[in-house]
Amino acid sequence: MKMRRSLGERIFQPVNIVFLLLVTLLCVLPFVYLLSVSLSSKTAVSTGQVFLWPKDFTFEAYKFLYEKPEFLRSFLVSVVRVVLGTSINMLLVVLTAYPLSKPASKFRAKNVYTWFFVVTMFLSGGMVPTYILIKELGLLDSIWALILPGALNVWNMVLLMNFFRQVPVELEESALLDGAGHLTILFKVYLPVSLPALATILLFTIVGHWNAWFDGILYINSPSKYPLQTYLATIVQDANMSNMRNLSEEKLQQLAVLSDKSVRIAQIFLGALPIMLVYPFLQKYFIKGLVVGSVKG
Amino acid sequence: MKRFQIKKDNTIYHLMLLPGVIICLIFAYGPMCGLIMAFQEYNPFKGFFGSRFVGLDNFRYLFHMPDFGTAFFNTLYIAAAKAVLFLAVPLLLALLINEVRSKRYVKTVQTSIFLPYFLSWAILGGIILEIFSLDGIVNQILGFFGQDAVSFLGSNKYARHIIIWTDVWKSMGYNMIVFLAAITNIDPSLYEAASIDGAGRLKQAIHITIPAMAPMIFLLTVLSLGNLLNAGFDQILMLYNPLTYETTDVLDTLVYRIGIYNQQYGIATAMGLFKSVISVTLVAVSNWIAYKFTDYRIF
Repeated sequence: MKMRRSLGERIFQPVNIVFLLLVTLLCVLPFVYLLSVSLSSKTAVSTGQVFLWPKDFTFEAYKFLYEKPEFLRSFLVSVVRVVLGTSINMLLVVLTAYPLSKPASKFRAKNVYTWFFVVTMFLSGGMVPTYILIKELGLLDSIWALILPGALNVWNMVLLMNFFRQVPVELEESALLDGAGHLTILFKVYLPVSLPALATILLFTIVGHWNAWFDGILYINSPSKYPLQTYLATIVQDANMSNMRNLSEEKLQQLAVLSDKSVRIAQIFLGALPIMLVYPFLQKYFIKGLVVGSVKG
Repeated sequence: MKRFQIKKDNTIYHLMLLPGVIICLIFAYGPMCGLIMAFQEYNPFKGFFGSRFVGLDNFRYLFHMPDFGTAFFNTLYIAAAKAVLFLAVPLLLALLINEVRSKRYVKTVQTSIFLPYFLSWAILGGIILEIFSLDGIVNQILGFFGQDAVSFLGSNKYARHIIIWTDVWKSMGYNMIVFLAAITNIDPSLYEAASIDGAGRLKQAIHITIPAMAPMIFLLTVLSLGNLLNAGFDQILMLYNPLTYETTDVLDTLVYRIGIYNQQYGIATAMGLFKSVISVTLVAVSNWIAYKFTDYRIF
């Protein structure tokens, strides 16, 4: 009995380990491939000699990028967007979550407000009416079009609201006795004890702003104002279209497209790099966030 | 007496909520009013009030459009396939990872699988196009075995499957972590008792782990119903092209092309509204089922 079980296990264990190794490679190798293409010479790339190790190692593509204004410009737009957008998001989420975390006995209008916000999680006007609204407000081509529509993330608000509810009432009451106002209580009592939840929301918000690209395509007309991800998306979409052209047209054209392949890939890699650098924190707080989110008040 | 007054004065609460209310009113409720365009022959110069009302004409036009039927079918196909795989693949991975004894190996695998989740489709789309391009690594490998290069994303035979599986690839880490957390919460004494009774690891997985996770799997299945019309807009926008519209065009991408590209605002809004009505109904039904059968609440 015992023997048979260990035999089955002896076969299963290595197979399982190898299978999981393959899945792991499937998730990591694309990025290695990206890096190795971006560090290879154009000729090596266009003749298809590059696999997972750079061929004719060169920083050519990155040097080219450094001299190309578009990439750096979009990078700066993204930085502005992340800083400005995240500050506004955080301020709004904190300010709305605090009153809504009060029991209805203390704040009677609470339920009305909560419903007012939660409804927007499920109902929306959709892409075209939102686009027309942004246009009518004169926000097209402005960075505010990327920040204001999502300035209040209701999901994060609910998350923080649930967290605030667990703050002991005694803390608030003693502060009130000392004559503190609600803003002071929020910033001096609630926020310091809610740091794990705030850190999670902060990271989500930063990543959300950094990764957003479609709103840039929709609302920004001048490429000089594109955030980085939008700029990358346009490059990739161009490549997608040229992919199509390859089917019908001559090899020459194909080679012309291929020549800037390593530059394109270098840009994609650099666009992914900031996320990969903060990834260890992301993973840690994300798993914490799952726990925070699952605690229901 | 004075303290009593401070406590009952809620002005500060209303003031704190004001900025959020204004943002929501403008950017969430504003566009909802714009849905009136679905019943208009909307003219940007005349606005909502000046444009002519056409009743259900936009919807009638829509339902006779061949592209609409194609997009509707593709949406259901892609969304349903993703919904099933988003549960099945992570569940399988979680069960397999749970059998690995080395903690370090588990952590490495987990960290790698979760990475693509945090990258945008602008980046991942770029990577996938590169990998599946005519001179990409997949075709290089095929070439090594003497096969002709295939334009994977330009072919109706492959594009849809690539869209489904690459999204599974991007997202599987999320549900996998959720499932792993659920597995760790299972009472270890159940396993001890089972192994004393002579149950092997496989039997333990079938008779303890999976039943213990059944409520969660049920809940996630029910909730995924609400996404049946969301096939993954930003992914498809990156990966599809006119050659594969037949198999990859979905409602959202069609709305985008008609509404923003061709500026047929009324028709695109009608299509968006059609989609929203079905989606909201599905979300309501799924949340109701979830509420009824489990203790799930949104807040």
